[in-house]
Amino acid sequence: MLRLEPRPNSSALVEMLTPVVAVALTMLAGGILFAVLGKDPIVAIDTIFIAPLFDPFSRSELLIKATPLILIALGLSFGFRAGIWNIGAEGQYVMGGIAGSAVALAFWNVEGIWLLPLMALAGILGGALWAMIPAILKTRFNANEILVSLMLVYVATLFLSAMVSGPLRDPQGFNFPQSRLFHDSARLPLLLENSRVHVGVLVALLAVAVAQVLLTRHLFGFNVKLLGEAPRAAAFSGVSVKRMTVVCLALSGGLAGLAGLFEVAGPVGQLQLSLPVGYGFTAIIVAFLGRLSPIGILLAGLVMALTYIGGETAQFALGIPKAAISVFQGLFLFFLLAADLMTRYRIARIRREAR
Amino acid sequence: MDLSTIDPVALFAGLVVAATPLLFAAIGELVVEKSGVLNLGVEGMMIIGAVCGFAAASNSGSPVVGFLAGAAGGAAISMIFAVLVLVFLSNQVATGLALTLFGLGLAALIGQPYTGIKPPDFEEVHVPVLSDLPVLGELFFQYDLVLYFGVAVVALVWLFLNRTRAGLVLRAVGENHDAAHSLGYPVVLIRFAAIGFGGACAGLGGAYLSLVRVPQWTEGMTAGAGWIALAIVVFATWKPWRVLLGAWLFGGVTILQLNLQASGFLSWLQSLGIPAQAQYLSMAPYLVTILVLVLISADRTRARLNAPACLGRAFTAAG
Repeated sequence: MLRLEPRPNSSALVEMLTPVVAVALTMLAGGILFAVLGKDPIVAIDTIFIAPLFDPFSRSELLIKATPLILIALGLSFGFRAGIWNIGAEGQYVMGGIAGSAVALAFWNVEGIWLLPLMALAGILGGALWAMIPAILKTRFNANEILVSLMLVYVATLFLSAMVSGPLRDPQGFNFPQSRLFHDSARLPLLLENSRVHVGVLVALLAVAVAQVLLTRHLFGFNVKLLGEAPRAAAFSGVSVKRMTVVCLALSGGLAGLAGLFEVAGPVGQLQLSLPVGYGFTAIIVAFLGRLSPIGILLAGLVMALTYIGGETAQFALGIPKAAISVFQGLFLFFLLAADLMTRYRIARIRREAR
Repeated sequence: MDLSTIDPVALFAGLVVAATPLLFAAIGELVVEKSGVLNLGVEGMMIIGAVCGFAAASNSGSPVVGFLAGAAGGAAISMIFAVLVLVFLSNQVATGLALTLFGLGLAALIGQPYTGIKPPDFEEVHVPVLSDLPVLGELFFQYDLVLYFGVAVVALVWLFLNRTRAGLVLRAVGENHDAAHSLGYPVVLIRFAAIGFGGACAGLGGAYLSLVRVPQWTEGMTAGAGWIALAIVVFATWKPWRVLLGAWLFGGVTILQLNLQASGFLSWLQSLGIPAQAQYLSMAPYLVTILVLVLISADRTRARLNAPACLGRAFTAAG
């Protein structure tokens, strides 16, 4: 007979292996799905997961798509560790993008080296303040932060629509729902010739390093882990749940806002209705896939970015609808969560004890 | 502004129709939560119900087949959640989110050939005499069968939870799964059944959305209805009748803002120099959800009075 028994200590090897197993299972299940849809599964998997790695343009796009995912997931991972569920990163991303764009558009005829830092600050503040709504409603009125932050995604998206068709609309844009194009000093400097890779990539890498230090070498990281794993012990050691809720939400909101600003000031170059593409939701998967650790999130962000790029290619090369990507992403998370069982439990043989 | 275009009788009728998808989804989730499981995948199950219902109805030409398919689709996808949470003991919050993401994607995939088609008509019930009454007939006796069924489900769930032994066992599992297990009740099996029921209800709600309320299939058409349903359960403090009240409240807000948009309210505000835009009115259902959550949750003791004690906790049979 076999049975599950809790592991006394989590195994580092198993913890590293489960994401790999989940990726493999997702490819398998995705292949079956494509076969059902009448597409050649091998070609589909190759187009989505393998081919982008061998194309220089796709490789640079990988970095661009991974940047917002990594930034948002890093912020979320702290809250998730502490049991604070910010599900509305998509809304904070949008508000960060709007706030940063508003600064860029306010100075649409003034250039200066100071403009980008100011925009970044506005983006961070926009996202963080938007995240303060669920934080304050949670700490003051005990309202569920999952539902509040999620409702605010819809509000933020509608607000974006109101902005690009109202106050921030391009006056010479023939009533199209989009803003003016930003001028050069309001655009992120590019790192590589002939690509769209911008300095945001470096900021994301820096954020990974800072998060790693914060998590492993700083009291804040310790308190986050303590609150998540032993809330009562945390209370006795003087960790304030309320303060942690506010800090974690501000952190994730600020990073999501920065990611939104990078998107409008980087690849896009103006505020558009199509700003939200689901990075805020995909980042939740990235955070879990990366095991809520900064280095893991870096790798997971690149893997999930691959599905975005591969999905776009597959869309026109194979006629696979865009939505297929989110099926993949959902499957990913399913397999990951299922595989997680093995990190917490192990299969043991039940021995008959001699009496 | 011409508020006289808003007809209170039509408003009520619209409200009841708009509330029905929320009603189904919320009453299903209430049963799931009463069994101690938090399923955040309502949005995903609803949209799967919407697309399955729409596809089945347009292929068969029968709305009834559509509703059955919607319920079946919702129940089927909820089983993924059930297996992960109950067998693989995964985190309920994360798994529910995964279900929503997966459902939204899969529904878009299934629904691709069905965009822009009109579903078969679903006849309203005509009760002789009653439906022909002047105002009363319009208020209460001119809906389709599924809408009445929704109200009946609320009554049946109340009856089941409060007046039957099986309902008592389900509540016991939600309050203290270890004690229920010691008494020999099959905790995991009961939760499987509750999650399946919740999935079927959410699927029905989704099908009502695509077959009656809109009626059309568009990608992402649930637009947060599943999340609002989750909020309604909190608003209802886990009491079936208050789910009905909550659903009607949210249905009312939705219909009222649509009517305001149509009545020239915005151009009236703009003529006063207020930069009003339709998008601000569209925010109303979401903002009201937040407001209601705050009002209900602020009184901590009352909010927790009916909350199942084991909500969201994983169960393993020890020993």
